Amino acid sequence: MIVSVWEWLVDPASWSGPGGILAQSLAHLRYSFIALLVAALVAVPVGLWVGHTGRGRWLAVNIAGAFRAIPSLGVLFVAVLLLLPRLRGELAFELPALIVLVLLAVPPILSGTYAGVQATDPAARDAARGMGMTGAQVLRQVEVPGAMPLIMSGLRAAMLQIIGTATIAAVVGMGGLGRFLIDGQASRDYAQMAGGALVVAALALAVDQALALVQRALVSPGLSTASAR
Amino acid sequence: MIDSVGWGTLGELALRHLYLAGVPLVVGLLISLPLGWLARHVRWLGPPLVAGTGLMYTIPSLALFILLPLVLGTRILDDANVLVAMTIYTVALLTRTVADGFASVPSHVSQAATAMGYGELRRVVAVDLPLAVPVVAAGLRVAAVSNVSIVSIAALVGVSQLGSLFTDGFNRNAMGPIVVGVGACVALALLLDAAIALLARAVTPWLRRGVPA
Repeated sequence: MIVSVWEWLVDPASWSGPGGILAQSLAHLRYSFIALLVAALVAVPVGLWVGHTGRGRWLAVNIAGAFRAIPSLGVLFVAVLLLLPRLRGELAFELPALIVLVLLAVPPILSGTYAGVQATDPAARDAARGMGMTGAQVLRQVEVPGAMPLIMSGLRAAMLQIIGTATIAAVVGMGGLGRFLIDGQASRDYAQMAGGALVVAALALAVDQALALVQRALVSPGLSTASAR
Repeated sequence: MIDSVGWGTLGELALRHLYLAGVPLVVGLLISLPLGWLARHVRWLGPPLVAGTGLMYTIPSLALFILLPLVLGTRILDDANVLVAMTIYTVALLTRTVADGFASVPSHVSQAATAMGYGELRRVVAVDLPLAVPVVAAGLRVAAVSNVSIVSIAALVGVSQLGSLFTDGFNRNAMGPIVVGVGACVALALLLDAAIALLARAVTPWLRRGVPA
């Protein structure tokens, strides 16, 4: 069995062409980063606002926990059944799945951003105010850099959720690496299923490590020594 | 709406779901306790152990369900794949939590126990572990809720549980079973979450007597 999986993985025919591993990896990455970007554009400002003003704190604290209980596969099917009759063309399959990817990515980013602002050293915040900084300056120059480690871990958690859910979205017709897992199963081709599963696991690991590097670059060196404990 | 599924079927699927999510939770905790203790007490082992188990969590669940038969020699429909996958995810979440839990035990308490003549093993089991319960229980609740949600994905490889209602409803273009399935999944997750919270409360009576921490 392992031999046939290996043979599928090293066969150049599996890699090339419009339905090949290369093309599907790029599609998977494209969906994932679009979803992450849209989710971050919503969740980071809201998280910063909640953290800065302290309003809506209850929501920001509990939203990630509550969403964790919701099964992504069920939500995916609900979205497709609801939206499919109302959409046309190529978007009909992609849009419901993309909406679900964004929805599932918002809670971890939102609560990470909020928790990051909350975790900012109050002494640093007071000092900034004492120096005469306005609210916006405190937010931009103190709270955002201070929140960066937790914002980034929120983004990484969201990205893992997105990549996993994008994989299962193949069952509702979306492209990406999930195609090999779902199509392989439909044609009882275990080599293709397991080969695709290996590639998607590698992709998830690589993206997470890449984001870890971004995190290292973005987090102020003064913070990373303090938070290393 | 429940009629679209039937109480009998719903109960059966819910029990299967509880089994597939719950057993790995217990096994995963039993594996994480020594791992977390090692990560905390063997200095050079800590970072690689926490990072290594954490990496397992990055593997998408559908991929893991499909890959495990290669490693275990099982068939793709076997429950064992789901049980092992969920145990891996539980260990991935809990090893760090257990290490944090042991770190939360005040060192003067451990030292007092040692001074009273407690041996290393007895101290860990009778003093450190009970004091680590609040932190470990919080992690266990996260793992329980996420397990229940992840198990439903196993419906895609044909392992029956509440997630089967999703695939069944989708194939018949029927919203009823999907909505019932989502509701039942969330209810099961909240139930497990509450059960762990109550259990943790029951085994930490000192936290309720207003004793200063």
